[in-house]
Amino acid sequence: MTPGKSEKRGSPELERLLGPTGHEVSCERCFELLDEYVELELEGSDADARLPGLATHLAGCPACREDHESLRALVAAERS
Amino acid sequence: MSAPPPGYPRLALQRALDNRVSAASETDAWLTALRGKGRERDEAVSRLHGLLLKGARFELGRRRAALSFVRGEELEDLAVQAANDALVAVLAKLDEFRGASRFTTWAYKFALLEAGVRLRRRAWQDREVVLESETWEAFSDGLESPGQRMERAEVIEALRTAMADVLTPHQRRVFSALALNEVPVDVLAERLDTTRGALYKTLHDARRKLRGELSAAGLVGEAEEEEEG
Repeated sequence: MTPGKSEKRGSPELERLLGPTGHEVSCERCFELLDEYVELELEGSDADARLPGLATHLAGCPACREDHESLRALVAAERS
Repeated sequence: MSAPPPGYPRLALQRALDNRVSAASETDAWLTALRGKGRERDEAVSRLHGLLLKGARFELGRRRAALSFVRGEELEDLAVQAANDALVAVLAKLDEFRGASRFTTWAYKFALLEAGVRLRRRAWQDREVVLESETWEAFSDGLESPGQRMERAEVIEALRTAMADVLTPHQRRVFSALALNEVPVDVLAERLDTTRGALYKTLHDARRKLRGELSAAGLVGEAEEEEEG
């Protein structure tokens, strides 16, 4: 298994399956903060700094990610 | 929602929305009307339902491809059901609104959540959710060289071994379904009679255990220190 071991480090498929590392909020907390996060994003503020752990959660949770994408698209469309 | 008859006085919420007041004033008008009584509240609830229905339709339209086999009439039923449940949730949680966003942004998220959950469950309604076996489609199979194929087989074997060694049976089932078989979390939550949050917590714990095991073997990066969130 030695040959190629260095290439396997960070296997993209495995990294994706194992999700993001670092602090992330729960699904419940994500939902609580989602409206604030989207408005911060749309006004150009640093939403990730203001609400830490939410972006990491969105990277790991496809359902919350879809909710986020939809809310952002809907609010952006209303304001355009 | 229909406009009031000619000569009928406009309600405070209607005036605020018609006059395009500031976001803060608009939010205040919504909250005052929804916490009020009589015709003012009834009209605000009706208007809120219309807003939520718009949000639900937006979500179903956006994800239409996942439900291409569903008739338009049924889709509209899903939108109405989502708006109805979102309305109940918004009214029940009105006192939890912190004012960190516009009221309408806060309300929309309930409609999008309800519509999204219904959409995922409808899309999987006739599909079997396999909990015990794992598929390995996440790993690219279009590999060119024998060396790459061997490496892929080694990675899969390492993952399979780690799953057997460090995960509980429940964590193994949840990781297999959500990560390997890509079952939507809301679908699995319905089948197992639990919640999205509880399943994601299980997935998260399983991922951390597996990362710890596989990073020791040099197959993935190490986990960062994590605080409770």
